[in-house]
Amino acid sequence: MAINTDKNGYTVVFAIIMVIVVGSLLAFLASGLSERIKENERFEKQQNILYAMGVNENTPDSGVNFIPTDVVEEKFNENITEQYVLIDGEIKKDDDAFSLDVKKQIDAFKKGEEAKLPIFVGEKDGEKIYVLPMYGKGLWDAIWGYISVDKNMVVQGVYFDHKGETAGLGANIKLRFFMDDFIGESLLDDGSYSGITVSKTNNDPLNNDKEDNEVDAIAGSTITGNGVTAMIKETLKAYKPYLETIRTN
Amino acid sequence: MALLSKKDANLILDPLADNNPITIQVLGICSALAITAELKASLVMSISVIFVMGVGNVVISLMRNLIPSKIRIIAQLIVVATLVIVVDQVLKAFAYELSKTLSVFVGLIITNCIIMGRFEAFALGNGVWRSFLDGVGNALGYGLILVMVGFFRELLGAGTLFGIPVLGDPIAKTGLYSIGYENNGFMIIPPAALIVVGVIIWVQRSRNRALIEEA
Repeated sequence: MAINTDKNGYTVVFAIIMVIVVGSLLAFLASGLSERIKENERFEKQQNILYAMGVNENTPDSGVNFIPTDVVEEKFNENITEQYVLIDGEIKKDDDAFSLDVKKQIDAFKKGEEAKLPIFVGEKDGEKIYVLPMYGKGLWDAIWGYISVDKNMVVQGVYFDHKGETAGLGANIKLRFFMDDFIGESLLDDGSYSGITVSKTNNDPLNNDKEDNEVDAIAGSTITGNGVTAMIKETLKAYKPYLETIRTN
Repeated sequence: MALLSKKDANLILDPLADNNPITIQVLGICSALAITAELKASLVMSISVIFVMGVGNVVISLMRNLIPSKIRIIAQLIVVATLVIVVDQVLKAFAYELSKTLSVFVGLIITNCIIMGRFEAFALGNGVWRSFLDGVGNALGYGLILVMVGFFRELLGAGTLFGIPVLGDPIAKTGLYSIGYENNGFMIIPPAALIVVGVIIWVQRSRNRALIEEA
């Protein structure tokens, strides 16, 4: 017996059944996989923080090589010795700073609401390194990352990532040729926190001048580059009270 | 015994050349422009589309006698959207690295008009096996053009293939760059993809004059 698929009643019943089937399939899938996905996201965040402080498996000619996921948890606990939060200019020890949602906290800070800004302190070769999370806007969507400095405000490493910058252009901010340029640059200019400008008129493509507060921009990705510049400035503004204390200590 | 009958084999082979979804049917142009600046992205997008189209065509074909014609477009949309979410979630759980490279493109698959076009034009009226072949064939035809465009854009625009420099170092002036060659930044931006696709269409039609429409 053929079904008459043109009847209104059938159409409604079909739509309802389809929605129920698809809805429960997706709900089942999402709840079944959510634990694994969360774990992957935690590992990624640990890898990014470690990468920014220079703990990675890069060789001179390699691409971006993170600490592998199976040992990243261990390495993270070994290298990150203290975690703090910055609330309204006050620094508090908080071992749970890692699980804070950086986007939410920075959004709250920009709106002038109470925000907990996470800070990760690590040790490398006997030197203390301070890792700060960043969050900003690129051309199409969000960009974010981590920047690490020593007590003289010299950058020890950065990590950038993005949600949807143009492939081959803005998306290249997460490649080594761009990120490596930041290493050794100073965030200070005559004592003020001027950050690092991604500049189209740098005239220093090999980045030999580490005192100019500039790195070379990527051709064709002006707005993503400006986004990176602004993101670093915002981060410095937000964390200034903390950076002041480590400079003067 | 041949694995596929001649008629079935044509379902796969036709979309590769004389009935190519991009160059002949002019579908799927939007993603062809957006993501072909790099060869790797093109390849990854092609593989994802092959999966979604193969499975999607099978699902639609299985339900073809049940789907009410009044809401068939919505039903097709739901099938594509579900498949895309399933792919996205499974990748995030089991191949996280890959899912990060893919995340933007996986979302873009939903908007790929080739998929809806093949659901509507083929899977709704044909059996499961033939629909599967048609889906895979069209996705392969789409992927072939994507990879070709990605190859030329990355090579001429950045001097690399899969991110590996093949023409020398543009800053240290080695290889081709030592004799004055420069990367063409224009190739990286989306309009260049239109030109590359245009050239492919031109070459294809001048080789096979039967494809040229009467003016």
